Amino acid sequence: METVDIGLWGVPLAILGGAIRVSTPFIFVSLGECLTERSGRINLGLEGTLVFGAMSGYAVAYETNSAFFGVLAAAFAGLLFGLVHGWICKFKGVNDIAIGIAMMLLGMGLAFFFGKPYVQPVAPDLPAISFGWWSSIPQVQAALQVNVLFLLGGLLAVFMTWMFRATRVGLIVRVVGDSTDAARAMGLDPDLVRLLATGVGGALAGIGGAYLSLYYPGSWNEGISSGQGLMAIALVIFARWSPANCFWAALLFGGAGALGPALQSVGVTQGYYLFFAAPYVLTLALLILTSSTERSMQGAPLELSLTK
Amino acid sequence: MSGAGAISVEALHMTMRFGDFTALDDVSIDIPAGSFHALLGENGAGKSTLVKCIMGFYRATSGELMVNSSQVKMTDPRVAQQLGLGMVYQHFTLVPSLTAAENLVISRADAPAVINWRAEHRRLTEFMAQMPFKVPLDQPVSRLAAGEKQKLEILKQLYLGNRFLILDEPTSVLTPAEADEVLGHVRGLTEAGQITVLMISHKFREVTAFADAVTILRRGRRVGGGKVGEISVEEMSETMMGKAPETSERRRAATRQHPVLALKALRAKDRSGLKSIEIENITLKSGEILGVAGISGNGQMELMEILTGQRHVSAGEITVKGDAFRATRAEARRHKIRYLPEEPLHNACAPRMSVAENLAFRIFDADKGGRPSFWQDRRAMAKNASDLIETFKVKTSSPAARIASLSGGNVQRAVLGRELTGDVDVLIVSNPCFGLDFAAVNSVRDRIMAARNKGTAVLLISEDLDEIMELADRIIVMSEGRVSFETPIAAANIVEIGQHMAGHG
Repeated sequence: METVDIGLWGVPLAILGGAIRVSTPFIFVSLGECLTERSGRINLGLEGTLVFGAMSGYAVAYETNSAFFGVLAAAFAGLLFGLVHGWICKFKGVNDIAIGIAMMLLGMGLAFFFGKPYVQPVAPDLPAISFGWWSSIPQVQAALQVNVLFLLGGLLAVFMTWMFRATRVGLIVRVVGDSTDAARAMGLDPDLVRLLATGVGGALAGIGGAYLSLYYPGSWNEGISSGQGLMAIALVIFARWSPANCFWAALLFGGAGALGPALQSVGVTQGYYLFFAAPYVLTLALLILTSSTERSMQGAPLELSLTK
Repeated sequence: MSGAGAISVEALHMTMRFGDFTALDDVSIDIPAGSFHALLGENGAGKSTLVKCIMGFYRATSGELMVNSSQVKMTDPRVAQQLGLGMVYQHFTLVPSLTAAENLVISRADAPAVINWRAEHRRLTEFMAQMPFKVPLDQPVSRLAAGEKQKLEILKQLYLGNRFLILDEPTSVLTPAEADEVLGHVRGLTEAGQITVLMISHKFREVTAFADAVTILRRGRRVGGGKVGEISVEEMSETMMGKAPETSERRRAATRQHPVLALKALRAKDRSGLKSIEIENITLKSGEILGVAGISGNGQMELMEILTGQRHVSAGEITVKGDAFRATRAEARRHKIRYLPEEPLHNACAPRMSVAENLAFRIFDADKGGRPSFWQDRRAMAKNASDLIETFKVKTSSPAARIASLSGGNVQRAVLGRELTGDVDVLIVSNPCFGLDFAAVNSVRDRIMAARNKGTAVLLISEDLDEIMELADRIIVMSEGRVSFETPIAAANIVEIGQHMAGHG
């Protein structure tokens, strides 16, 4: 494939392609966190779950030679991490944020420990679907290589929006997240609902991790996440706990993450490292811009320890 | 959801012991189908213990419960639910961010896994058509007014098919007009034979206006009761309190009145950030109590926050004796302005610090001359605490006890004591008697009146219109973030004030 010189058009195209590529882990982690936070608990450990999911997904994919099993294994590992978090938080006097930080460090530590032997080997990649067949320009084709997990993430956002609106499970999660007392009065067990919501949230974060190691960047190393799990949590707040907004916000963050490489590709050599920091700057800027000293936060689950 | 009519409930010789403490001592109560029964008693009289035994939250130590004349074992709240017994709690159990429709559907035990909203809406609309009062179905509950929430709680019980309702102080957050409307409809439902009602209350007016019969509890025992109409209000209150209530001797002394605090053309955002608070002019004079009436959520909370410096003011000015006032600690100290916010345990105390430390919040950072001091004077703090505990009759095991361990009335008195020490020129209070029992209410109101008589300017923000009618010299009504009405107490008319509170006057 020959590269065609498309000049500065390369920048928006690279950002679009990057948004699709980079955003997938954000989508999964933020949707998982959205579910957990809607049930009234915050799981900061998702960064650790993401890294552990990346490691376990990569390892299992390598051992079984199937990327699919890798994703399943990552989801299962994430589920376990979520359940441990949810189970510990059931006890009185336990703070979910402190446990989250502990789980984050534990997940990363375990991933580095078990992941050492897998830094060198090459595991199979996840399949991608080419949406760029109509164009003869290779950059367009490259940008429109869309991974199946990205599509799944989009569907999941739609599904969760529907779930929160029109299913019993969705309403129960919202009830528990909004008022523990009301939930108890209805005969629900808030701890159980939160345990399951944290478990499923963890599983989603694990899938996000598998995407990192099995598609983009597509290998396992210790610097694989660089805080994406934590940014995804900030993103849920910015998205006001709405799954659909989580999807769009993840795309935005993905695009910001692609800004550095995109500028590099058109030959900007000066200070492009600064643009690598764009997602972090964006996180800060958005949280500041969308917050207020006057208004109470709209849409926040009332039982969340962040907003209490 | 329809069909079956009201059911009767009878409790026989109910006794409930918690260890050595007898919360309920051989209480019997008979509530025939279709009647409206009131349960009177002070805090701690055993009212909630009794209803919790009926609802199956507690298992009574001894005694029997009959539902529709057959004996039942009330072992679990679910049993009560299956029998058609439902309870409306004093604090709303609705989920704030869910819409009314979502709240109703999810509260059903047989809520479907996938909800077909079109069908549910059709059914809910049909259900609402049969009900005497309506509530908007598609609004999140947090946007409903307190009266609408209370109606929705009752509708929820009827929607669940419950035919015996326990209402726990259902009107404590409603305006008199709203209370009359809700209770009138409930009364109508009992007369139609659809439901039976047991209402916990301490408002004699509501009991005499709506109930058929009354049972009075005191210290866990049934001390009186009978048909409403055969028992006078004086008898009721005497039985409830154990002696004739001390009729308020709160004398209103003549005071010299001159303007102290003035609010001019204030603009601020409300809590939601969507609406604005616009106060054109409020002037508070020394030696008067200015009552601020209004239904909760109409800007009174924001007014309090503006005055305490917790809320940003976008325009306008606050002046105290002519000086601009921005509610800093130094300014409040210089102008002798004190505050008693609502729920003082959360808003004016450090709950885990001791009573003595909490009582020292106004003095701990200054020495005897009023200059800033670096070291704490533990001796002065201890003396301050013992003085205040004595003069304000704060019941505490020791000055070193955590303030959170005190009862609501004692916290209220302690904070009021702290705020009223020394010279006070302005006292700003918000719902000072919310959740207190009769005796505590009286002592708090006495203190406020005494402060007024000494020349303090008192701004009394309260959702309890009776309280404002009793204490205030002048009344203003807040509605939609604005002052919509002002009247001196002599010309005050409760109906007119109620209309302005409801936003149409």
